[in-house]
Amino acid sequence: MNSAMWIIFGALLVSLLLGIMARRGKDMSMEQWAIGGRGFGSIFVFLLLAGETYSIFTLLGTSGLAYSKGAVGFYLIALTTLGAITSYWLLPPIWRFAKKHNLVSQSEFFAVKYNSPVLGVFVTIVGVVALVPYIVLLFKSMGILVSATSYGAISPTVAIWIGMIALVVYVMISGIHGSAWTSTVKDFLIFFVILFLGIYLPVHYHGSFQHMFETVSAAKEGILTLPDKGMSLSWFISTVAISAFGYFMWPHNAPTIFAAKNARTFRTNAILLPLYAIMILFVYFVGFTAIVQVPGLTGPDGDYALLRLSMKTFDPWFVGIIGATGLLATLVPGSMMLMSAATMLTKNVYGYMFPKAEGANSALIAKSFVIVLSLVCTMMALGENNTLATLYLTSFSLVTQLAPALYCSLMKRNQITKQGAFLGIFFGVGIVLYMTFTKTTMAMLFAGFPQWIQDLNNGVFALVVNIFVMVAVSFVTKKAADAKQVTQYS
Amino acid sequence: MKVYYLLGLLPFLAILVGTGFVNRMEPFVFGLPFLLFWFFFWTIMSSVIMWIIFKLDPINKQEEETE
Repeated sequence: MNSAMWIIFGALLVSLLLGIMARRGKDMSMEQWAIGGRGFGSIFVFLLLAGETYSIFTLLGTSGLAYSKGAVGFYLIALTTLGAITSYWLLPPIWRFAKKHNLVSQSEFFAVKYNSPVLGVFVTIVGVVALVPYIVLLFKSMGILVSATSYGAISPTVAIWIGMIALVVYVMISGIHGSAWTSTVKDFLIFFVILFLGIYLPVHYHGSFQHMFETVSAAKEGILTLPDKGMSLSWFISTVAISAFGYFMWPHNAPTIFAAKNARTFRTNAILLPLYAIMILFVYFVGFTAIVQVPGLTGPDGDYALLRLSMKTFDPWFVGIIGATGLLATLVPGSMMLMSAATMLTKNVYGYMFPKAEGANSALIAKSFVIVLSLVCTMMALGENNTLATLYLTSFSLVTQLAPALYCSLMKRNQITKQGAFLGIFFGVGIVLYMTFTKTTMAMLFAGFPQWIQDLNNGVFALVVNIFVMVAVSFVTKKAADAKQVTQYS
Repeated sequence: MKVYYLLGLLPFLAILVGTGFVNRMEPFVFGLPFLLFWFFFWTIMSSVIMWIIFKLDPINKQEEETE
């Protein structure tokens, strides 16, 4: 083992210890385990939301994206900024409703809002399906991280298994309290590591940012602007728009949102979260520097850009610090995702099927779901050959399908019926899954249409169908319900 | 609906519409190619705008929110 590995391993032990310490002396009911008893202030919620948003994807996926695709990668800073703004108006009503009805998960929110347990079950399944590509992304990142920092001693396959076991153990003993503290440590580390790499590397190799960008642009012409075809302006804008629309739709965001002490928390966060997005800028700098310094990484290997460049530049101990940061940036969001997926499956699917079994053994069931889900995602990560950014976008396209029904449910007089919400989400998610698995592109579906339509993000098409079905079905079912009422009273 | 809430639309207009007009590398600003500077600028502006809205909105002055 080299010094980089020792440091990464040490960080794992410390985060496990923090989890155990945070848990001590607290009675862990499932509500406790999942949302920490609704007493979190602005800063704590900010740290948790930021912790969920800034995962290892920020570090590896974003730099890899800048490395391979250049300006196309700017969508991340744009969507984070716009998504964060919605916190001001979107989250307070969600929080208020959740508090009033004592909700702990996203699917309960849908179930109560639409007065339909079946919709709750369905939303749970959609949420879990949407999380799968993201969890696969985390395991893959873990594989990249450990195999790279072991300087080849550990293969990516073994590394993915190690990462999975570390994550499961972490989730088992910590719960949200462990996550909150580790999240704090992780946020400081990731902040300084990104800032340092983003400033040091371009200046070290090129003297200044501008000179770095000029060298990059000379090496790969046009990489600093959006291309005319493919991931063009139309793709960029549609991707940013739908991702900002679905920014807080993640099932693992819901427990964090519900854990807040008051609604003002979210209005403060609308100010703080965009500032945090500036970090993404510095990750771009690393990716762009790598274009010139470690050329030749193609396809999914682009995700190695940050680590390769760091290994070329720094001593192993500092690579270890970067690796430890990456590890925490996997554990925190990973544990959030696994926990909320497991809590939702337990309460809303298992609890729906076996209403009498609820209670004492539900924490045990939830933990079994964590293990099963982790195994499934590990299997998928092992056979996965996409870039981290592709997985990320698939996740986003899926989760955004929940947005129309949720936004409508917050209106004073919601015209959308449960059938409309259900079928809208069903078709939206169905289209995304179909296009993902069959590798159907917009250009194939809309051959002959103007270029800008062919370049639109897949999720947009799904979202348009989603909204159309939702409105049409609601209109019909509402009419049927009204007619029934009229006959009843006449 | 409070009128100053419309300020919150500015970043959306700038990024979802404005980007079409700034898809170029030059001029460099703060060492950033222009397109990247555009996003950097609006990230800062978003925070500033949300701060202004926060200060104007009386709802944030109430001790306990009653709605």
